Amino acid sequence: MIPELGHYALILALAVALVQATLPMIGAQRGDIRLMALGRTAALTQAFLIILSFAALTEAFVTSDFSLAMVVANSHSAKPLLYKLSGVWGNHEGSMMLWVLILAVFGAAVALFGENLPDGLRARVLGVQAWIGVGFLAFILFTSNPFLRLSPAPPDGNGMNPLLQDPGLAFHPPLLYLGYVGFSVTFAFAIAALIEGRVDAAWARWVRPWTLAAWCFLTLGITLGSWWSYYILGWGGFWFWDPVENASLMPWLAGTALLHSAIVVEKRDALKSWTVLLAILAFSLSLLGTFLVRSGVLTSVHAFAQDPARGMFILAFLLVVIGGALALYAWRAPTLQSSGLFQPISREGALILNNLLLCTLCATVLLGTLYPLFLDLISGAKVSVGPPFFNTTFVPISFALFAAMCVGPFLGWKRAELWPALVRLRTAFAVAVIGMILAATVIDSHATLAALAFGFGVWLILGSLLEFADRVRLGRVPWAETRRRLATMPRASIGMTISHAALGFVVLGSVATAAWNVELIRTFKIGDRARFADWEVTLTNVEPVHGPNYEAERATITLTRDGQRFAVLTPERRMFLVQRREVAETSIQTNFLRDLYATLGEGDAQKGWTIRLYDNPLAPWIWLGAALCAFGGFVSLSDRRLRVGAPKRSRVVAQPAE
Amino acid sequence: MKSNRFLYLLPLLTLAILAGFFGWSLMSGRDPASIGSALVGRPAPTLKAPALRPGEAALSDALLHSGKPVLVNFFASWCAPCIAEAPLLDRLAKKDGITIIGIAWKNKPEEARAWLERLGDPFAAVGYDLDGKMAVDWGLSGVPETFLIDAQGVVRLHFRAPILEKDVTDRILPLLKAGGS
Repeated sequence: MIPELGHYALILALAVALVQATLPMIGAQRGDIRLMALGRTAALTQAFLIILSFAALTEAFVTSDFSLAMVVANSHSAKPLLYKLSGVWGNHEGSMMLWVLILAVFGAAVALFGENLPDGLRARVLGVQAWIGVGFLAFILFTSNPFLRLSPAPPDGNGMNPLLQDPGLAFHPPLLYLGYVGFSVTFAFAIAALIEGRVDAAWARWVRPWTLAAWCFLTLGITLGSWWSYYILGWGGFWFWDPVENASLMPWLAGTALLHSAIVVEKRDALKSWTVLLAILAFSLSLLGTFLVRSGVLTSVHAFAQDPARGMFILAFLLVVIGGALALYAWRAPTLQSSGLFQPISREGALILNNLLLCTLCATVLLGTLYPLFLDLISGAKVSVGPPFFNTTFVPISFALFAAMCVGPFLGWKRAELWPALVRLRTAFAVAVIGMILAATVIDSHATLAALAFGFGVWLILGSLLEFADRVRLGRVPWAETRRRLATMPRASIGMTISHAALGFVVLGSVATAAWNVELIRTFKIGDRARFADWEVTLTNVEPVHGPNYEAERATITLTRDGQRFAVLTPERRMFLVQRREVAETSIQTNFLRDLYATLGEGDAQKGWTIRLYDNPLAPWIWLGAALCAFGGFVSLSDRRLRVGAPKRSRVVAQPAE
Repeated sequence: MKSNRFLYLLPLLTLAILAGFFGWSLMSGRDPASIGSALVGRPAPTLKAPALRPGEAALSDALLHSGKPVLVNFFASWCAPCIAEAPLLDRLAKKDGITIIGIAWKNKPEEARAWLERLGDPFAAVGYDLDGKMAVDWGLSGVPETFLIDAQGVVRLHFRAPILEKDVTDRILPLLKAGGS
């Protein structure tokens, strides 16, 4: 009964979305207040209906209703409750439901919190949101319906992929989708602006909170995904350049570029058509990611569904949405006039450089991801593109970006001089060079790229802090003046400093873990010892363990130094009874400066067990840094200027030079 | 300005090109996970292995140039899918009269012999490759893998998975009929 209600609610939502997609747009064109207001009502109704539908689906999972085909395929009565809940989105149909849920919730958010938007703009934004909603709802209802029944209902289900039964899975997709789908709002704003034919400072100010929110969530989602893959998959790494990882990185890069170019639109009324294009591209890359994962065009550890029929549907949908958007762009963008003039050496120039580099990075990732497909189709040759390609291309370009990141905030608007900015950064530069030389000589004399990256990480952290200190005139004016500047500093600036410095931590963590980790793989029998980095390692014990839906073997590994017990690691190998699949559970001990990481492989008492040990220096900084980056974004989001409301178009607001 | 106008069309054109590739990929029915084989259409690699069954001659290239098509099958006693394909190989050897040469890959000879005794021995000649060095030339990435070598000693088919009924009816038997078995 409840699944039927959920199914019906979904169909109603499609109908409401069709209404929302058409009438408000007509209303905005004609200036009809009632039709425009209909957009708001429709968005709220759609959100309500989809929440209902999602709740019905969740109820079916939680109560293990095996008359639903999807529950049979993905759940089991012995599964712990958290995974019954997260199992709702741990599969193709459920994740599509999560997509439309978040899409509808964002639409409702625009309806509720978009009071400061002009009626026409808001109506058009909700209309575009509804177009996307119609596409996805139709996709779900016609090709991936989660409410399909099985009769007779089997007594129990097939259970969920054991790799997905983890707390990280509970949060990774929702956060990621909040990011992906959040960019649909910026997309809608861009389309609305193109239809209206007007992009100005007010528009940029209105778009900013939505872009920031989406960007923050996407950062958290990617971070969680990387961390989860590190501690669950047990391969010791954290970024594989897998097509689906790349599919999440590309919108992130485009979104970061968008965040920065929107500043120029807001402050200087320039870069308008470029910003609109970026807004379209960020969401298009999200959609492209959805396509790549579900169509069977590329292999990936993440691939949900290898179904060419579904793939064609999504491709058609992609063409309509993105093609329509880009066609509208090609038609209307030339009419957007910019008025701000600036010299190449200026903050605008620095932001353009930032955008150029970020978009180059994005294009590089796109090329690397799609190259195997192109080559296979054209010549039949099979290649895989991975770390060797990306280390040679992505890393050096990002160095250029890091170098510019610290200098840019020092430059003034319209025209500035480069040398004074560099002079103010001389301390950061000196320490970075020292760090680089230390890394190259003391730590590892072979990895020059790693030493360079290490230097850049130091540069980023110190450079951002120096810029912050310069902004409050630390040491150059009386302390009272510095305190005053601190108190009145807009949160957006604080957020910028936090995020830029946090990126430095991510770089340091990545380079240390990737280049300077210590690895030991060998067979241990109980009582065997070995030397590993600074410690002596002993396999103390291996014992069987009984879990809620698995049987496991757990090893106890003791690390000692000079006879003193330093750490105990307990990796497991779990056999999940329903799927008959084995999953390794890693054991990680961290002191936030390095990770001790152990996995247990195959083996028995006679031959011994294969144990892998890693000492990953600065690994925690990767994810803590990335989370800090997102935190900086949230700080920026809480800026008063965004909450108090954008200035109305008629009033001219003086922008202080920052 | 004309050139500027074109710039604005560039993103749309890029999308069209990408979509063309994606559509082509979806319609071509390609399997992105397949590794393909570099050996198909080339002369068969060297076959050299000590005999598994006692009292038989060691395996050599002469077996591949006997003027008849042969199947070369790499297996192991520790390989589960090999058990699945064993009845099929048995039928091909005994009922369809196809010559099958077997190589036990990274398998102790006594364990391979015991396995063949248990499951049946479809092989006209069988050898073993204990360290896997010979199999490297055959591009092996695991077992079971099966090669169809035609009467001229050229590799015509390379299966990187256990052979199934439809592989036999759709690919092996037609080639054998066409190639003059």
